[in-house]
Amino acid sequence: MASPRATSSLTSRRATSSRAGDPHAPVTNFVLLKLLVSARLRSQLAYRGSFFSDVAGQVLLGLTEFVELYAIVHNVSTFGGMTLAQTLLVFGLASVAFALGDLLLGETDSMSETIRSGKLEVLLVRPLPVLLQLATSDFQLRRVGRLIFALAALAAALLLTDVHWDPAKIALAIITPLAGAAIFCALFLGAGAMQFWILDGRQFANAFTYGGRYVASMPGAALFFPIQIFFTFVIPATLVAYAPSLVILELDGPAGIPAWTGWLGLPAAVVLSGLMLLLWRAAIKKYTGAGG
Amino acid sequence: MRAYWELGKSSFRRHSTYRTAAVAGAFTNSVFGLIRASLLLSAITTAGGAIGGYSAMEAATYVWLGQALLAPLGLFGNAELAGRVKSGDIAVDLSRSVNLTASYWAQDLGRAAFDVLPRGLPPLIVGALVTGLAMPGTPGPYLLGFVSILAAVSLNFLGFFAINLLSFWVLEIRGFWMLYMVLMNLLSGFLVPVTWFPGWLLDFARATPFPSMLQTPVDILAGRTDGVESLAMVGVQLLWLAVLLVVVQVMVRFGSRRLVVQGG
Repeated sequence: MASPRATSSLTSRRATSSRAGDPHAPVTNFVLLKLLVSARLRSQLAYRGSFFSDVAGQVLLGLTEFVELYAIVHNVSTFGGMTLAQTLLVFGLASVAFALGDLLLGETDSMSETIRSGKLEVLLVRPLPVLLQLATSDFQLRRVGRLIFALAALAAALLLTDVHWDPAKIALAIITPLAGAAIFCALFLGAGAMQFWILDGRQFANAFTYGGRYVASMPGAALFFPIQIFFTFVIPATLVAYAPSLVILELDGPAGIPAWTGWLGLPAAVVLSGLMLLLWRAAIKKYTGAGG
Repeated sequence: MRAYWELGKSSFRRHSTYRTAAVAGAFTNSVFGLIRASLLLSAITTAGGAIGGYSAMEAATYVWLGQALLAPLGLFGNAELAGRVKSGDIAVDLSRSVNLTASYWAQDLGRAAFDVLPRGLPPLIVGALVTGLAMPGTPGPYLLGFVSILAAVSLNFLGFFAINLLSFWVLEIRGFWMLYMVLMNLLSGFLVPVTWFPGWLLDFARATPFPSMLQTPVDILAGRTDGVESLAMVGVQLLWLAVLLVVVQVMVRFGSRRLVVQGG
Protein backbone atom coordinates (compact mmCIF):
# COMPACT_ATOMS: atom_id res chain seq x y z
CA MET A 1 0.00 0.00 0.00
CA ALA A 2 1.29 3.36 -0.93
CA SER A 3 -0.23 5.46 1.78
CA PRO A 4 1.83 4.44 4.88
CA ARG A 5 5.03 4.81 2.91
CA ALA A 6 4.05 8.27 1.76
CA THR A 7 3.26 9.22 5.32
CA SER A 8 6.56 7.97 6.68
CA SER A 9 8.56 9.80 4.05
CA LEU A 10 6.77 12.95 5.07
CA THR A 11 7.74 12.26 8.66
CA SER A 12 11.37 11.86 7.83
CA ARG A 13 11.45 14.98 5.73
CA ARG A 14 9.98 16.99 8.52
CA ALA A 15 12.30 15.37 11.00
CA THR A 16 15.34 16.53 9.09
CA SER A 17 14.04 20.03 8.72
CA SER A 18 12.32 21.61 11.65
CA ARG A 19 11.73 18.95 14.25
CA ALA A 20 15.08 17.24 14.28
CA GLY A 21 14.78 16.45 17.96
CA ASP A 22 11.79 14.17 17.53
CA PRO A 23 12.19 11.89 14.50
CA HIS A 24 9.35 9.58 15.49
CA ALA A 25 6.71 12.22 16.07
CA PRO A 26 3.45 11.07 14.49
CA VAL A 27 2.32 12.89 11.40
CA THR A 28 -0.84 14.51 12.61
CA ASN A 29 -3.41 16.10 10.36
CA PHE A 30 -2.21 19.40 11.69
CA VAL A 31 1.33 18.83 10.46
CA LEU A 32 0.01 17.78 7.06
CA LEU A 33 -2.26 20.78 6.96
CA LYS A 34 0.67 23.08 7.56
CA LEU A 35 2.68 21.31 4.89
CA LEU A 36 -0.11 21.41 2.31
CA VAL A 37 -1.05 25.02 2.96
CA SER A 38 2.52 26.27 2.86
CA ALA A 39 3.06 24.40 -0.43
CA ARG A 40 -0.05 26.07 -1.84
CA LEU A 41 1.07 29.45 -0.67
CA ARG A 42 4.51 29.10 -2.21
CA SER A 43 3.03 28.11 -5.54
CA GLN A 44 0.64 31.07 -5.51
CA LEU A 45 3.38 33.50 -4.63
CA ALA A 46 5.52 32.21 -7.49
CA TYR A 47 3.65 34.40 -9.99
CA ARG A 48 3.98 37.75 -8.26
CA GLY A 49 2.22 39.93 -10.81
CA SER A 50 -0.79 37.70 -11.12
CA PHE A 51 -0.95 37.30 -7.35
CA PHE A 52 -0.92 40.98 -6.55
CA SER A 53 -3.50 41.81 -9.23
CA ASP A 54 -5.72 39.12 -7.72
CA VAL A 55 -5.29 40.58 -4.24
CA ALA A 56 -6.08 44.03 -5.60
CA GLY A 57 -9.20 42.59 -7.23
CA GLN A 58 -10.32 41.16 -3.91
CA VAL A 59 -9.78 44.50 -2.20
CA LEU A 60 -11.86 46.12 -4.93
CA LEU A 61 -14.57 43.53 -4.38
CA GLY A 62 -14.73 44.46 -0.71
CA LEU A 63 -14.77 48.13 -1.65
CA THR A 64 -17.76 47.77 -4.00
CA GLU A 65 -19.61 45.83 -1.32
CA PHE A 66 -19.15 48.86 0.86
CA VAL A 67 -20.16 51.30 -1.90
CA GLU A 68 -23.33 49.22 -2.27
CA LEU A 69 -24.15 49.91 1.37
CA TYR A 70 -23.01 53.53 1.12
CA ALA A 71 -25.23 54.12 -1.93
CA ILE A 72 -28.22 53.42 0.31
CA VAL A 73 -27.05 55.03 3.54
CA HIS A 74 -25.87 58.37 2.10
CA ASN A 75 -29.50 59.10 1.13
CA VAL A 76 -30.80 58.84 4.69
CA SER A 77 -29.78 60.06 8.15
CA THR A 78 -30.10 56.60 9.69
CA PHE A 79 -30.50 53.23 8.01
CA GLY A 80 -32.33 50.62 10.06
CA GLY A 81 -31.78 52.85 13.10
CA MET A 82 -28.02 53.11 12.54
CA THR A 83 -25.75 55.94 11.48
CA LEU A 84 -23.22 55.47 8.68
CA ALA A 85 -20.42 54.74 11.17
CA GLN A 86 -22.59 52.20 12.98
CA THR A 87 -23.51 50.42 9.74
CA LEU A 88 -19.79 50.38 8.98
CA LEU A 89 -19.24 48.43 12.21
CA VAL A 90 -21.82 45.83 11.12
CA PHE A 91 -20.28 45.74 7.65
CA GLY A 92 -16.74 45.38 9.03
CA LEU A 93 -17.58 42.58 11.46
CA ALA A 94 -19.55 40.70 8.80
CA SER A 95 -16.82 41.14 6.20
CA VAL A 96 -14.08 39.85 8.49
CA ALA A 97 -16.21 36.83 9.37
CA PHE A 98 -17.11 36.11 5.75
CA ALA A 99 -13.55 36.60 4.51
CA LEU A 100 -12.28 34.07 7.09
CA GLY A 101 -15.05 31.57 6.33
CA ASP A 102 -14.54 31.94 2.59
CA LEU A 103 -10.78 31.51 2.98
CA LEU A 104 -11.24 28.25 4.88
CA LEU A 105 -14.23 26.57 3.29
CA GLY A 106 -15.33 28.70 0.34
CA GLU A 107 -14.27 25.77 -1.83
CA THR A 108 -17.27 23.63 -0.83
CA ASP A 109 -19.46 26.10 -2.69
CA SER A 110 -18.50 24.39 -5.95
CA MET A 111 -18.95 20.87 -4.58
CA SER A 112 -21.20 19.82 -7.46
CA GLU A 113 -18.31 20.54 -9.83
CA THR A 114 -15.97 18.44 -7.67
CA ILE A 115 -18.48 15.59 -7.67
CA ARG A 116 -19.32 15.80 -11.36
CA SER A 117 -15.73 15.94 -12.55
CA GLY A 118 -14.77 12.92 -10.42
CA LYS A 119 -12.30 14.90 -8.31
CA LEU A 120 -14.11 13.77 -5.18
CA GLU A 121 -13.08 10.15 -5.80
CA VAL A 122 -9.45 11.24 -5.84
CA LEU A 123 -9.96 12.96 -2.50
CA LEU A 124 -11.77 9.95 -1.02
CA VAL A 125 -9.00 7.44 -1.71
CA ARG A 126 -6.38 9.53 0.07
CA PRO A 127 -5.79 8.83 3.77
CA LEU A 128 -6.87 12.30 4.88
CA PRO A 129 -10.25 13.73 5.84
CA VAL A 130 -11.98 15.02 2.70
CA LEU A 131 -12.81 18.27 4.41
CA LEU A 132 -9.18 18.94 5.24
CA GLN A 133 -8.21 18.33 1.63
CA LEU A 134 -10.95 20.61 0.36
CA ALA A 135 -9.88 23.37 2.71
CA THR A 136 -6.31 23.15 1.48
CA SER A 137 -6.90 22.19 -2.15
CA ASP A 138 -7.76 25.71 -3.11
CA PHE A 139 -6.43 27.73 -0.21
CA GLN A 140 -6.47 31.00 -2.09
CA LEU A 141 -4.16 33.49 -0.53
CA ARG A 142 -5.63 36.16 -2.81
CA ARG A 143 -8.76 35.93 -0.69
CA VAL A 144 -6.59 37.55 1.96
CA GLY A 145 -7.16 40.77 -0.02
CA ARG A 146 -10.77 40.62 1.04
CA LEU A 147 -9.73 40.07 4.65
CA ILE A 148 -7.36 43.05 4.54
CA PHE A 149 -10.13 45.32 3.32
CA ALA A 150 -12.54 43.90 5.89
CA LEU A 151 -10.07 44.53 8.73
CA ALA A 152 -9.52 48.09 7.50
CA ALA A 153 -13.29 48.69 7.43
CA LEU A 154 -13.61 47.26 10.94
CA ALA A 155 -10.76 49.42 12.24
CA ALA A 156 -12.31 52.52 10.68
CA ALA A 157 -15.69 51.66 12.21
CA LEU A 158 -14.15 51.25 15.68
CA LEU A 159 -12.47 54.64 15.35
CA LEU A 160 -15.61 56.37 14.09
CA THR A 161 -18.13 54.96 16.54
CA ASP A 162 -18.32 56.08 20.11
CA VAL A 163 -18.24 52.88 22.16
CA HIS A 164 -18.15 52.77 25.96
CA TRP A 165 -15.92 49.75 26.29
CA ASP A 166 -16.20 47.38 29.23
CA PRO A 167 -14.72 43.86 29.63
CA ALA A 168 -17.90 42.17 28.42
CA LYS A 169 -17.99 44.25 25.24
CA ILE A 170 -14.31 43.70 24.57
CA ALA A 171 -14.83 39.96 24.93
CA LEU A 172 -17.82 40.13 22.59
CA ALA A 173 -15.87 42.15 20.02
CA ILE A 174 -13.14 39.50 20.00
CA ILE A 175 -15.48 36.50 19.91
CA THR A 176 -17.79 37.93 17.25
CA PRO A 177 -15.58 37.72 14.13
CA LEU A 178 -14.45 34.22 15.09
CA ALA A 179 -17.97 32.97 15.80
CA GLY A 180 -19.08 34.65 12.58
CA ALA A 181 -16.33 32.89 10.64
CA ALA A 182 -17.49 29.59 12.15
CA ILE A 183 -21.07 30.35 11.13
CA PHE A 184 -20.02 31.02 7.53
CA CYS A 185 -17.82 27.89 7.53
CA ALA A 186 -20.85 25.91 8.68
CA LEU A 187 -23.04 27.49 5.99
CA PHE A 188 -20.47 26.68 3.30
CA LEU A 189 -20.24 23.14 4.66
CA GLY A 190 -24.02 22.77 4.52
CA ALA A 191 -24.01 24.21 1.00
CA GLY A 192 -21.42 21.63 -0.05
CA ALA A 193 -23.26 18.75 1.62
CA MET A 194 -26.56 19.75 0.03
CA GLN A 195 -25.07 19.41 -3.43
CA PHE A 196 -24.62 15.66 -2.91
CA TRP A 197 -28.41 15.39 -3.05
CA ILE A 198 -29.22 18.17 -5.47
CA LEU A 199 -26.40 18.16 -7.97
CA ASP A 200 -27.81 21.01 -10.05
CA GLY A 201 -28.94 22.93 -7.00
CA ARG A 202 -25.81 24.88 -6.25
CA GLN A 203 -27.79 28.09 -6.47
CA PHE A 204 -30.15 26.93 -3.71
CA ALA A 205 -27.23 27.06 -1.33
CA ASN A 206 -26.23 30.52 -2.54
CA ALA A 207 -29.41 31.88 -0.98
CA PHE A 208 -27.98 30.94 2.41
CA THR A 209 -24.22 31.43 1.94
CA TYR A 210 -24.11 34.62 -0.16
CA GLY A 211 -27.60 35.61 0.95
CA GLY A 212 -26.31 35.15 4.50
CA ARG A 213 -23.33 37.37 3.77
CA TYR A 214 -25.62 40.04 2.33
CA VAL A 215 -27.94 39.97 5.34
CA ALA A 216 -25.06 39.82 7.81
CA SER A 217 -23.48 43.03 6.51
CA MET A 218 -26.68 45.09 6.64
CA PRO A 219 -28.57 46.55 9.62
CA GLY A 220 -31.06 43.82 10.49
CA ALA A 221 -33.76 46.28 11.50
CA ALA A 222 -34.07 47.27 7.82
CA LEU A 223 -35.35 43.77 6.92
CA PHE A 224 -38.97 42.60 6.75
CA PHE A 225 -39.99 41.00 10.05
CA PRO A 226 -40.23 37.38 8.74
CA ILE A 227 -36.81 37.78 7.09
CA GLN A 228 -35.42 39.01 10.43
CA ILE A 229 -36.74 35.90 12.17
CA PHE A 230 -35.52 33.53 9.45
CA PHE A 231 -32.02 34.99 9.19
CA THR A 232 -31.65 35.11 12.97
CA PHE A 233 -33.15 31.90 14.29
CA VAL A 234 -32.94 29.55 11.27
CA ILE A 235 -29.90 30.83 9.35
CA PRO A 236 -28.06 32.84 12.03
CA ALA A 237 -26.79 35.55 9.66
CA THR A 238 -27.77 38.57 11.75
CA LEU A 239 -25.97 37.00 14.73
CA VAL A 240 -22.71 37.32 12.77
CA ALA A 241 -22.45 41.09 13.08
CA TYR A 242 -25.67 43.02 13.53
CA ALA A 243 -26.86 41.54 16.82
CA PRO A 244 -23.43 41.81 18.53
CA SER A 245 -23.16 45.38 17.21
CA LEU A 246 -26.41 46.20 19.00
CA VAL A 247 -24.82 45.12 22.27
CA ILE A 248 -21.54 46.92 21.59
CA LEU A 249 -23.31 50.13 20.54
CA GLU A 250 -25.99 49.83 23.25
CA LEU A 251 -28.85 50.03 20.74
CA ASP A 252 -32.28 48.43 20.88
CA GLY A 253 -32.94 45.81 18.26
CA PRO A 254 -36.08 45.40 16.14
CA ALA A 255 -38.84 42.98 17.13
CA GLY A 256 -37.28 40.04 15.29
CA ILE A 257 -33.72 40.60 16.55
CA PRO A 258 -33.82 41.75 20.19
CA ALA A 259 -30.51 43.04 21.58
CA TRP A 260 -29.97 39.98 23.79
CA THR A 261 -29.44 37.89 20.65
CA GLY A 262 -26.07 39.68 20.46
CA TRP A 263 -24.71 37.01 22.78
CA LEU A 264 -26.06 34.11 20.72
CA GLY A 265 -23.35 34.20 18.03
CA LEU A 266 -21.01 31.70 19.64
CA PRO A 267 -23.67 29.16 20.72
CA ALA A 268 -25.27 29.42 17.29
CA ALA A 269 -21.89 28.82 15.65
CA VAL A 270 -21.32 25.71 17.79
CA VAL A 271 -24.78 24.26 17.16
CA LEU A 272 -24.79 25.05 13.44
CA SER A 273 -21.27 23.67 12.93
CA GLY A 274 -22.26 20.45 14.71
CA LEU A 275 -25.38 20.03 12.60
CA MET A 276 -23.61 20.79 9.36
CA LEU A 277 -20.76 18.39 10.18
CA LEU A 278 -23.37 15.66 10.70
CA LEU A 279 -24.97 16.58 7.38
CA TRP A 280 -21.55 16.52 5.70
CA ARG A 281 -20.85 13.04 7.09
CA ALA A 282 -24.20 11.81 5.84
CA ALA A 283 -23.43 13.36 2.46
CA ILE A 284 -20.04 11.64 2.16
CA LYS A 285 -21.65 8.32 3.19
CA LYS A 286 -24.40 8.85 0.66
CA TYR A 287 -21.97 9.49 -2.18
CA THR A 288 -22.10 6.89 -4.91
CA GLY A 289 -19.23 6.91 -7.36
CA ALA A 290 -19.87 6.72 -11.06
CA GLY A 291 -17.06 4.22 -11.48
CA GLY A 292 -14.46 6.91 -12.08
CA MET B 1 -29.00 32.69 -40.94
CA ARG B 2 -30.63 29.28 -40.73
CA ALA B 3 -27.58 27.89 -38.90
CA TYR B 4 -27.79 30.55 -36.18
CA TRP B 5 -31.49 29.91 -35.69
CA GLU B 6 -30.76 26.20 -35.23
CA LEU B 7 -27.91 27.00 -32.82
CA GLY B 8 -30.22 29.20 -30.78
CA LYS B 9 -32.90 26.50 -30.74
CA SER B 10 -30.50 23.78 -29.63
CA SER B 11 -29.14 26.06 -26.92
CA PHE B 12 -32.72 26.57 -25.72
CA ARG B 13 -33.15 22.78 -25.54
CA ARG B 14 -29.79 22.36 -23.81
CA HIS B 15 -30.74 24.75 -21.03
CA SER B 16 -34.23 23.31 -20.74
CA THR B 17 -32.70 20.03 -19.52
CA TYR B 18 -31.30 21.66 -16.38
CA ARG B 19 -34.62 22.16 -14.66
CA THR B 20 -33.38 21.77 -11.11
CA ALA B 21 -30.84 24.49 -11.77
CA ALA B 22 -33.62 26.77 -13.04
CA VAL B 23 -35.75 26.11 -9.94
CA ALA B 24 -32.75 26.68 -7.67
CA GLY B 25 -31.92 29.91 -9.45
CA ALA B 26 -35.48 31.17 -9.22
CA PHE B 27 -35.57 30.33 -5.50
CA THR B 28 -32.32 32.14 -4.75
CA ASN B 29 -33.27 35.17 -6.82
CA SER B 30 -36.54 35.37 -4.91
CA VAL B 31 -34.76 35.21 -1.55
CA PHE B 32 -32.34 37.93 -2.63
CA GLY B 33 -35.33 39.91 -3.88
CA LEU B 34 -36.93 39.76 -0.44
CA ILE B 35 -33.72 40.98 1.17
CA ARG B 36 -33.11 43.75 -1.37
CA ALA B 37 -36.73 44.91 -1.37
CA SER B 38 -36.80 45.18 2.41
CA LEU B 39 -33.54 47.16 2.51
CA LEU B 40 -34.66 49.65 -0.15
CA LEU B 41 -38.14 50.02 1.34
CA SER B 42 -36.71 50.61 4.80
CA ALA B 43 -34.44 53.36 3.48
CA ILE B 44 -37.34 54.97 1.58
CA THR B 45 -39.54 54.90 4.67
CA THR B 46 -36.79 56.63 6.67
CA ALA B 47 -36.25 59.20 3.92
CA GLY B 48 -39.97 59.87 3.95
CA GLY B 49 -41.35 59.11 0.50
CA ALA B 50 -38.81 58.66 -2.27
CA ILE B 51 -35.08 58.32 -2.98
CA GLY B 52 -33.49 59.03 -6.35
CA GLY B 53 -36.92 59.36 -7.94
CA TYR B 54 -38.17 55.98 -6.67
CA SER B 55 -41.23 55.79 -4.42
CA ALA B 56 -41.66 52.70 -2.22
CA MET B 57 -43.79 50.87 -4.79
CA GLU B 58 -41.51 51.83 -7.66
CA ALA B 59 -38.42 50.67 -5.78
CA ALA B 60 -40.09 47.34 -4.97
CA THR B 61 -41.03 46.92 -8.64
CA TYR B 62 -37.47 47.80 -9.58
CA VAL B 63 -36.09 45.10 -7.29
CA TRP B 64 -38.46 42.36 -8.49
CA LEU B 65 -38.05 43.13 -12.18
CA GLY B 66 -34.30 43.18 -11.64
CA GLN B 67 -34.33 39.81 -9.86
CA ALA B 68 -36.56 38.37 -12.58
CA LEU B 69 -34.38 39.62 -15.45
CA LEU B 70 -31.04 38.88 -13.79
CA ALA B 71 -30.72 35.37 -15.22
CA PRO B 72 -32.35 35.94 -18.64
CA LEU B 73 -30.22 39.03 -19.26
CA GLY B 74 -27.15 36.91 -18.55
CA LEU B 75 -25.60 38.98 -15.77
CA PHE B 76 -23.66 35.98 -14.50
CA GLY B 77 -21.96 35.39 -17.84
CA ASN B 78 -20.21 32.21 -18.82
CA ALA B 79 -16.57 31.43 -19.40
CA GLU B 80 -17.13 28.72 -22.00
CA LEU B 81 -15.05 30.36 -24.72
CA ALA B 82 -12.08 30.97 -22.42
CA GLY B 83 -12.26 27.31 -21.39
CA ARG B 84 -12.20 26.26 -25.04
CA VAL B 85 -9.17 28.45 -25.72
CA LYS B 86 -7.43 26.77 -22.80
CA SER B 87 -8.33 23.26 -23.93
CA GLY B 88 -7.66 23.99 -27.61
CA ASP B 89 -11.25 23.24 -28.65
CA ILE B 90 -11.37 26.77 -29.98
CA ALA B 91 -9.62 25.40 -33.09
CA VAL B 92 -12.81 23.47 -33.86
CA ASP B 93 -14.90 26.60 -33.38
CA LEU B 94 -12.70 28.64 -35.69
CA SER B 95 -12.75 26.05 -38.44
CA ARG B 96 -16.55 26.01 -38.56
CA SER B 97 -18.27 27.80 -41.41
CA VAL B 98 -20.12 30.12 -39.06
CA ASN B 99 -19.00 33.43 -37.57
CA LEU B 100 -17.50 32.85 -34.12
CA THR B 101 -19.20 35.79 -32.40
CA ALA B 102 -22.55 35.25 -34.10
CA SER B 103 -22.67 31.55 -33.24
CA TYR B 104 -22.06 32.20 -29.54
CA TRP B 105 -24.47 35.13 -29.64
CA ALA B 106 -27.22 32.95 -31.12
CA GLN B 107 -26.63 30.35 -28.41
CA ASP B 108 -26.84 33.00 -25.72
CA LEU B 109 -30.14 34.28 -27.11
CA GLY B 110 -31.45 30.70 -27.01
CA ARG B 111 -30.40 30.44 -23.38
CA ALA B 112 -32.09 33.74 -22.56
CA ALA B 113 -35.29 32.62 -24.27
CA PHE B 114 -35.45 29.57 -22.03
CA ASP B 115 -34.43 31.38 -18.82
CA VAL B 116 -37.06 34.08 -19.10
CA LEU B 117 -40.03 32.04 -17.85
CA PRO B 118 -38.74 29.52 -15.26
CA ARG B 119 -36.26 31.97 -13.74
CA GLY B 120 -38.15 35.19 -14.33
CA LEU B 121 -41.70 34.39 -13.33
CA PRO B 122 -41.17 33.11 -9.74
CA PRO B 123 -39.52 36.30 -8.41
CA LEU B 124 -42.29 38.37 -10.01
CA ILE B 125 -44.98 36.21 -8.38
CA VAL B 126 -43.26 36.45 -4.99
CA GLY B 127 -42.95 40.20 -5.49
CA ALA B 128 -46.59 40.61 -6.46
CA LEU B 129 -47.63 38.72 -3.32
CA VAL B 130 -45.23 40.34 -0.85
CA THR B 131 -44.93 44.00 -1.85
CA GLY B 132 -47.10 44.32 -4.94
CA LEU B 133 -45.85 45.50 -8.33
CA ALA B 134 -46.51 48.79 -10.10
CA MET B 135 -46.68 47.75 -13.74
CA PRO B 136 -47.89 50.01 -16.58
CA GLY B 137 -51.34 49.45 -18.03
CA THR B 138 -50.54 50.36 -21.63
CA PRO B 139 -48.81 48.07 -24.18
CA GLY B 140 -46.12 50.63 -25.13
CA PRO B 141 -43.66 49.97 -22.27
CA TYR B 142 -43.91 46.20 -22.82
CA LEU B 143 -43.17 46.44 -26.55
CA LEU B 144 -40.26 48.80 -26.07
CA GLY B 145 -39.23 46.78 -23.00
CA PHE B 146 -38.97 43.68 -25.18
CA VAL B 147 -36.63 45.46 -27.59
CA SER B 148 -34.65 46.82 -24.65
CA ILE B 149 -34.35 43.32 -23.12
CA LEU B 150 -33.05 41.94 -26.42
CA ALA B 151 -30.49 44.74 -26.56
CA ALA B 152 -29.49 44.17 -22.93
CA VAL B 153 -29.05 40.40 -23.43
CA SER B 154 -26.83 41.18 -26.40
CA LEU B 155 -24.85 43.80 -24.47
CA ASN B 156 -24.25 41.43 -21.58
CA PHE B 157 -23.26 38.72 -24.01
CA LEU B 158 -20.79 40.97 -25.84
CA GLY B 159 -19.32 42.31 -22.59
CA PHE B 160 -18.57 38.85 -21.25
CA PHE B 161 -17.50 37.65 -24.69
CA ALA B 162 -14.87 40.42 -24.82
CA ILE B 163 -13.55 39.30 -21.42
CA ASN B 164 -13.47 35.70 -22.69
CA LEU B 165 -11.59 36.80 -25.79
CA LEU B 166 -8.80 38.18 -23.60
CA SER B 167 -7.80 34.54 -23.22
CA PHE B 168 -6.24 34.83 -26.69
CA TRP B 169 -3.65 37.11 -25.10
CA VAL B 170 -3.39 36.08 -21.46
CA LEU B 171 -3.23 32.66 -19.84
CA GLU B 172 -5.65 33.37 -17.04
CA ILE B 173 -8.62 35.73 -17.38
CA ARG B 174 -9.81 35.34 -13.78
CA GLY B 175 -8.54 38.75 -12.66
CA PHE B 176 -10.19 40.56 -15.60
CA TRP B 177 -13.36 38.53 -15.10
CA MET B 178 -13.60 39.56 -11.48
CA LEU B 179 -12.88 43.20 -12.20
CA TYR B 180 -15.62 43.18 -14.86
CA MET B 181 -18.12 41.46 -12.57
CA VAL B 182 -17.44 43.87 -9.74
CA LEU B 183 -17.84 46.97 -11.92
CA MET B 184 -20.85 45.58 -13.78
CA ASN B 185 -22.70 44.54 -10.61
CA LEU B 186 -22.25 47.98 -9.14
CA LEU B 187 -22.74 50.20 -12.20
CA SER B 188 -25.56 48.28 -13.94
CA GLY B 189 -27.92 49.26 -11.15
CA PHE B 190 -28.26 45.65 -10.06
CA LEU B 191 -27.58 46.35 -6.39
CA VAL B 192 -29.32 49.73 -6.08
CA PRO B 193 -30.69 51.99 -8.83
CA VAL B 194 -27.85 54.14 -10.18
CA THR B 195 -29.86 57.29 -9.40
CA TRP B 196 -29.32 56.46 -5.70
CA PHE B 197 -25.57 56.88 -6.13
CA PRO B 198 -23.74 59.99 -5.00
CA GLY B 199 -23.33 62.41 -7.94
CA TRP B 200 -19.75 61.55 -8.92
CA LEU B 201 -20.53 57.83 -9.09
CA LEU B 202 -23.73 58.44 -11.05
CA ASP B 203 -21.79 60.42 -13.67
CA PHE B 204 -19.22 57.66 -13.88
CA ALA B 205 -21.90 54.97 -14.26
CA ARG B 206 -23.63 56.89 -17.04
CA ALA B 207 -20.39 57.09 -19.02
CA THR B 208 -20.25 53.25 -19.17
CA PRO B 209 -22.43 50.70 -20.99
CA PHE B 210 -23.36 49.03 -17.70
CA PRO B 211 -26.67 50.82 -16.91
CA SER B 212 -27.84 49.78 -20.41
CA MET B 213 -27.34 46.17 -19.36
CA LEU B 214 -29.94 46.10 -16.57
CA GLN B 215 -31.35 49.37 -15.35
CA THR B 216 -32.56 50.52 -18.78
CA PRO B 217 -34.83 47.51 -19.57
CA VAL B 218 -36.11 47.46 -15.98
CA ASP B 219 -37.02 51.16 -16.01
CA ILE B 220 -38.64 50.91 -19.44
CA LEU B 221 -40.67 47.82 -18.49
CA ALA B 222 -41.83 49.45 -15.26
CA GLY B 223 -43.07 52.42 -17.30
CA ARG B 224 -40.92 54.91 -15.39
CA THR B 225 -40.01 56.78 -18.56
CA ASP B 226 -42.33 58.20 -21.19
CA GLY B 227 -42.24 57.16 -24.85
CA VAL B 228 -39.63 59.62 -26.10
CA GLU B 229 -37.34 59.11 -23.14
CA SER B 230 -37.62 55.33 -23.48
CA LEU B 231 -36.77 55.52 -27.16
CA ALA B 232 -33.71 57.62 -26.34
CA MET B 233 -32.62 55.02 -23.77
CA VAL B 234 -32.98 52.21 -26.30
CA GLY B 235 -30.97 54.40 -28.69
CA VAL B 236 -28.17 54.57 -26.12
CA GLN B 237 -28.32 50.79 -25.79
CA LEU B 238 -28.00 50.35 -29.55
CA LEU B 239 -25.09 52.77 -29.61
CA TRP B 240 -23.26 50.71 -26.99
CA LEU B 241 -24.19 47.58 -28.90
CA ALA B 242 -22.43 48.96 -31.98
CA VAL B 243 -19.37 49.95 -29.93
CA LEU B 244 -19.04 46.57 -28.24
CA LEU B 245 -19.64 44.75 -31.50
CA VAL B 246 -16.73 46.59 -33.09
CA VAL B 247 -14.52 45.91 -30.05
CA VAL B 248 -15.36 42.21 -30.12
CA GLN B 249 -14.83 41.90 -33.88
CA VAL B 250 -11.45 43.62 -33.65
CA MET B 251 -10.50 41.32 -30.77
CA VAL B 252 -11.53 38.20 -32.69
CA ARG B 253 -9.62 39.34 -35.74
CA PHE B 254 -6.35 40.13 -34.01
CA GLY B 255 -6.69 37.55 -31.29
CA SER B 256 -7.19 34.61 -33.61
CA ARG B 257 -3.95 35.54 -35.38
CA ARG B 258 -2.10 35.28 -32.10
CA LEU B 259 -3.74 32.07 -31.07
CA VAL B 260 -1.50 29.05 -30.73
CA VAL B 261 -3.24 25.71 -30.41
CA GLN B 262 -0.95 22.92 -29.38
CA GLY B 263 -1.47 19.60 -31.13
CA GLY B 264 -5.08 18.86 -31.99
